[in-house]
Amino acid sequence: MKSSSFEYHAPKTLDDAVALLARHAEEEARVLAGGQTMVPAMAMRLARPGHLIDINAIPGLDQISLTDHAMRIGACVRHAALGATAAPGPFGRLLGLLQHHIAHLPIRTRGTFCGSLANADAASEWCLLMVALDGRIEARSTAGTRMIDAEDFLLGYMTTALAPEEMIVAAHLPTLPPGTRVGFHEFARRAGDFAQSMAIATYAVAQGRITAPRIAIGGVVSRARRCPEAEALLHGATPDPALFQEAARQAATHAPLVEEDPYLRSLTETSVLRALTGAA
Amino acid sequence: MTQHHSITLHLNGTAHAVSVEPRHTLVDVIREGCGATGTHTGCEHGVCGSCTVLLDGEPIRACLMFAIQADGRQIRTVEGLAHGTILHRLQQAFIDHHALQCGYCTPGFLMLAAGLLEADPNISDDALQDGLSANLCRCTGYVNILRAVRAVAAELRA
Repeated sequence: MKSSSFEYHAPKTLDDAVALLARHAEEEARVLAGGQTMVPAMAMRLARPGHLIDINAIPGLDQISLTDHAMRIGACVRHAALGATAAPGPFGRLLGLLQHHIAHLPIRTRGTFCGSLANADAASEWCLLMVALDGRIEARSTAGTRMIDAEDFLLGYMTTALAPEEMIVAAHLPTLPPGTRVGFHEFARRAGDFAQSMAIATYAVAQGRITAPRIAIGGVVSRARRCPEAEALLHGATPDPALFQEAARQAATHAPLVEEDPYLRSLTETSVLRALTGAA
Repeated sequence: MTQHHSITLHLNGTAHAVSVEPRHTLVDVIREGCGATGTHTGCEHGVCGSCTVLLDGEPIRACLMFAIQADGRQIRTVEGLAHGTILHRLQQAFIDHHALQCGYCTPGFLMLAAGLLEADPNISDDALQDGLSANLCRCTGYVNILRAVRAVAAELRA
């Protein structure tokens, strides 16, 4: 349980960090922010990076900036900083619902939001949030900065569109208008463990009808996914238990599960149903 | 071939100048470099919490951080809890409530509990349970651990 050797770099600027990444990309250079997934992977020698580029000394990366319509989360913002008090309204409520399920407190004090995106675990709550709300990733290399839609960023199991010489500088999330109802459900075998199944549901109601429904599922699929069939069913309909039940069934029926398994399909349906029913 | 780096760890208020390889974890350097063996290594991949220490006041897994990252930071371990022969109230409560059997997880639980209670002396019981769920005890003494920490929390609120 000891990591193999690597060279350690602690750049003070983003320019230096991306220059180091470019210089050592061939030697499996990796960015170190919270390290709560990478360090155990290194301990088990599943990962053997030749260079670690620790970005914690770069000023400003631990900043969250919030405007009326969006939140920008810097690369070193910890899970613990993204609870319900990080933003007002339904967006903050949703953050709080998700953050509570991320591992345990000592992990949340170190692990980062953007690190979860770069790791792209199928059971990542933050990846699910990025897909649910159409978030974008700000990626930087020596060639410059580009914005990547979450949908295009997450390619599959622990696979992203990030190039070896690129690093995430920040994540951008649109916030939710006042009055939006938000719900989340996660099933894990043990508190704090990886989600086996999870779902986010958000919607608003205008003149008794559902507007802007968003349903996203994770855990049971190789990457977080929206459920367009369920969203289409909900859009314009009157919220009631039978409708939510049918939407959950649609989401589960069309989910590209990691394996064809009636239990996983049933779990998916239950997660979506509980997220929808619990949305407040 | 592997480069060593000179760093300083501030352990329980004492500065330790140590030479580390970048791959050395914080828990290994606390134990082997600083000679403070109160902090235990359990799973060494972040699951069990027996290596929990306070880094600038916050509970962290010392196996999930390289020592080089803690250069210049304030670290508190179980050795820093007691004042001479006077036990910290958490340590005394663990004895009073029989919150340990083999004792392997105890230093981690003590530091986790210390971090939780120092961050919020009025911590709710739900938050306390949730916080303590981070660490594993394989003698399954959870009920008594919770009882001990609840007793100290009640003292702090009184």
